[in-house]
Amino acid sequence: MTPAIELVDVHKRFGGTPIIRGVSLTLEPGQRHALIGPNGAGKSTLFNLITGKYPLTSGLIRLKGKDVNGLRPYEINRRGLSRSFQVTNIFPRLSVFENVRCAVLWSLGYRYSFWHLVNAAREVRERTEMVLEQLNLTARRHVPAGVLAYAEQRALEIGITIGGGADVILLDEPTAGMSRSETEHVVQLIRHVSAGKTLLMVEHDMGVVFDLADKIAVLVYGQVIAYDAPERIRANAAVQEAYLGVAQTATT
Amino acid sequence: MSTPTAARTISVADPARPSLLRQYGGWVAAAVALALLPHVLRAPAAVPVMNQMGIAVVFALSYNMLLGQGGMLSFGHAVYFGVGGFLAAHALNLAAQQGLWLPVPLVPIVGGLGGLLFAAIVGSFSTNRAGTVFAMISLGIAEMMAASSLIFDRFFGGEEGITTNRAKAVSLGGLSFTTDRDVYYLIAFWALISAAAMYAFSLTPAGRMANAVRDNPERTEFVGYSQRWVRYVSFCASGLFAGVAGGLFAVNYEILTAENMGLNASGSVLLMTYIGGIGTFAGPVLGAIVFTFLQSMLSDYTSVWLLYLGLVFLAAVLFVPVGLAGVLAMHGPAWRNRGFGRLVGPYLVAAVVTLVALVGVIGCLEMVYFFVSAPAGQVTKRLFWLTVNVYTATPWTAFLALIVLGGLGMRWAGPRAAAAFADASLPRAAR
Amino acid sequence: MSELVFFSVLNGLVYGMLLFMLASGLTLIFGMMGVLNFAHAAFYMLGAYFAYTISLYTGFWPGLVAAPLAVGLLGAATERYGLRRVHGFGHVAELIFTFGVAIVIGEVVQLVWGRPAKSYEVPAALDFPLFHLFRSSFPTYKAFMLGISVAIFLFLLAILTRTRAGLIIQASLTHPGMVGMLGHNVPRVFMIVFGIGSALAGLAGVIAGPVLGTFPGMAQVLGSIVFVVVVIGGLGSLTGAFVASLLIGIVQTFAVALNVSVGDVAGAAGIRVASLPALHDFWRITVAQVAPILPYLLLVLVLILRPTGLFGTRET
Repeated sequence: MTPAIELVDVHKRFGGTPIIRGVSLTLEPGQRHALIGPNGAGKSTLFNLITGKYPLTSGLIRLKGKDVNGLRPYEINRRGLSRSFQVTNIFPRLSVFENVRCAVLWSLGYRYSFWHLVNAAREVRERTEMVLEQLNLTARRHVPAGVLAYAEQRALEIGITIGGGADVILLDEPTAGMSRSETEHVVQLIRHVSAGKTLLMVEHDMGVVFDLADKIAVLVYGQVIAYDAPERIRANAAVQEAYLGVAQTATT
Repeated sequence: MSTPTAARTISVADPARPSLLRQYGGWVAAAVALALLPHVLRAPAAVPVMNQMGIAVVFALSYNMLLGQGGMLSFGHAVYFGVGGFLAAHALNLAAQQGLWLPVPLVPIVGGLGGLLFAAIVGSFSTNRAGTVFAMISLGIAEMMAASSLIFDRFFGGEEGITTNRAKAVSLGGLSFTTDRDVYYLIAFWALISAAAMYAFSLTPAGRMANAVRDNPERTEFVGYSQRWVRYVSFCASGLFAGVAGGLFAVNYEILTAENMGLNASGSVLLMTYIGGIGTFAGPVLGAIVFTFLQSMLSDYTSVWLLYLGLVFLAAVLFVPVGLAGVLAMHGPAWRNRGFGRLVGPYLVAAVVTLVALVGVIGCLEMVYFFVSAPAGQVTKRLFWLTVNVYTATPWTAFLALIVLGGLGMRWAGPRAAAAFADASLPRAAR
Repeated sequence: MSELVFFSVLNGLVYGMLLFMLASGLTLIFGMMGVLNFAHAAFYMLGAYFAYTISLYTGFWPGLVAAPLAVGLLGAATERYGLRRVHGFGHVAELIFTFGVAIVIGEVVQLVWGRPAKSYEVPAALDFPLFHLFRSSFPTYKAFMLGISVAIFLFLLAILTRTRAGLIIQASLTHPGMVGMLGHNVPRVFMIVFGIGSALAGLAGVIAGPVLGTFPGMAQVLGSIVFVVVVIGGLGSLTGAFVASLLIGIVQTFAVALNVSVGDVAGAAGIRVASLPALHDFWRITVAQVAPILPYLLLVLVLILRPTGLFGTRET
């Protein structure tokens, strides 16, 4: 089976500073993967490399078997990969409904059409309503996205990511800054929307990580020091030392 | 036979599809109003001004496709207006002299094609980026066109421009366009069609993504859209309609010069669009009407009308960035909550003190102008139905006092009006 | 021929250094605040007009100091009470604001001083030829202009590289946020830089007025060229502004002095010109006609190919 994402000896340097120092990773499709590591390890950089925001210094990145180095973000997105952002990155002046609709339009084939009216396109509306349902934001559909509460914005952030029906989903710290109950809701949402798809998420909340992930990759100083099932990661001595700390405060 | 209730389906109105009346009622009403206008306003000067307004409306709406909807600030939009206009003028001349089949009502289409073509060329490199780079490129193109007009004088007519004659073209169904009023109906028709088309554009995927690119260009790339292409489509559409306005100009005035393509024209459309309000669709319409009105009416009374317009523009940028239409839209909640009654008093007071200050400012500016430019020997001037002697101290102190009084009054009345507005916008239960 | 070259180079230098005086203020303001100040050329115009009025009462020399000071104060006030307000609305709003200021200043100048050009004269003390060469002479006043421009350049260089204030300004050019974090009153720095930039523009007006003419359209004549210089040189780079000013100054002066047509050039290169009527306009184009387009062509090319300009490190 073609791996969903393949990183082969990926290096990234900013100026003279190496951030990613040789990462090789193979993510099988249909599984949920988590990327953890201390701050500054390079997790967001790795995301930016995979999604085309930064070019590689060296190495290979393959999406579903095809090389994506040098492609623009929208080209990568059209091949079925979508990402969310750590800092909420929505369309603040558009309504919640319109935010999700933006994510839906391309995948339904509407491209740059100026001969369709979006309001008349039933499939656009239906798909958008469906996503809003999943996000539990149907009641807030007409609210400008900029005035939503934080947790609602994070949910919308995920909604925009999955609206286009991508089968490889990258989530960057989806539960950052959330309370316990909000986190639980988001975990349910993520479980729901990633069913049958490939998920890669960066997370700091270990409860979420061990709850959702099928496999965990640990990134430390730009290198993957372990990539394994959660129980084996928990028991891995190198990981404990580098990240979890000697006293096991991981589980909540 | 009565139908059992269980068999009757209850239809719930789809919130996304308002009734046909609400959707199209406004446009029908506008069409009717436009048709009746020349009969209502019978002053001889009215129709030429309305023609000017119609052209300005199309131009300003096309500009707002870039600025308000796309977030692209252009200092050279008049280039597409001008190129469209020149092409239309040449086409009309070809129709008159060489029998090209081009009835006058179709001339704006030629203008539109000219604007579209040129925008397609320039947009291919200028829409790479938005923001200051885009603005600077637009400025560079405008300057280049201004200089080119003297070189390519076959197309641009050099110093005298290109003249044309709409009476010589082939007639369509017996329609002639000899009088201003005939041209009015043509302009009104095209203005309505263009406005409807531009409104429809804003409801298409291209138009909606233009808003998205304006708000967050990075994120649109991550949902599958190239921000460059989205901007390019908007840019071409905007050039098309600017060209239509240019074609209407050619028909109306029967002359195009390099001035119509120049930086002053581009500056004017920026001013009128911004004053009207870039955040709503109707804002540019309002701005174009108000600007044209002030420009044509004020210039009869004062030579410094552009200064007044510039000051209004600055005031809008500093204090009322939402523009006239934006201010009106802000009163929506107050209207819906029947709070208008509470506004009358405080707004009236604020209006009066603002008027006092304005009279003072206008008085001083007019007197300065007179002082500087009046022919020798003239010492008195008619100002606000009074005759003043600018060489005495009285009028100066009087107008300065008005400014001070008005200013103080605004400081007192302003916050009260704002409080009344906030109060009136609350739902009735909360008051 | 060598006479043409010599005087074109000299005149080009004078014009180029004048452009630099304008461009330096603009690039400082842009580099630091991210605002492309549309009103910069309007401040240049105000400098000329202020100096003219002062010269009516006291002669040329006091205006050399008083006019730039007045313009600088006006610039600082514009930043403090106007630009600072719109700063939060984004770059587009700032551009629109400075555009409005430019219009208002232009109209106020017409209001207060009238539309006809003013006879702002070269001071008698400098109104004689400095030297004769071949058949032409070089006016002393132009040498004076060159002298002032070079002095300002050296002054700026000294301040920016050798004083603490200069270091702060240099730092703010590339990392304004960081400079704020270090405890400096960045808004005050902005206001001061805006004021100094405007004062420089005003000074340029004071010395250029007698030569380039003092009339309400003088802002438009130089305004766009200065933008071209700043963009080509690199936004925020003083070195770039210096190089680009001289480049544009000399190229433009040469282009106007030469008067060959495209057809001449083609003919000299041995290309036979078939006279197609549509291309007739094209072959008749002279270098002097193309000259006004060249800077803008360069502007557009630089913006497409290398938006950071020749020496700049920041884009907009």
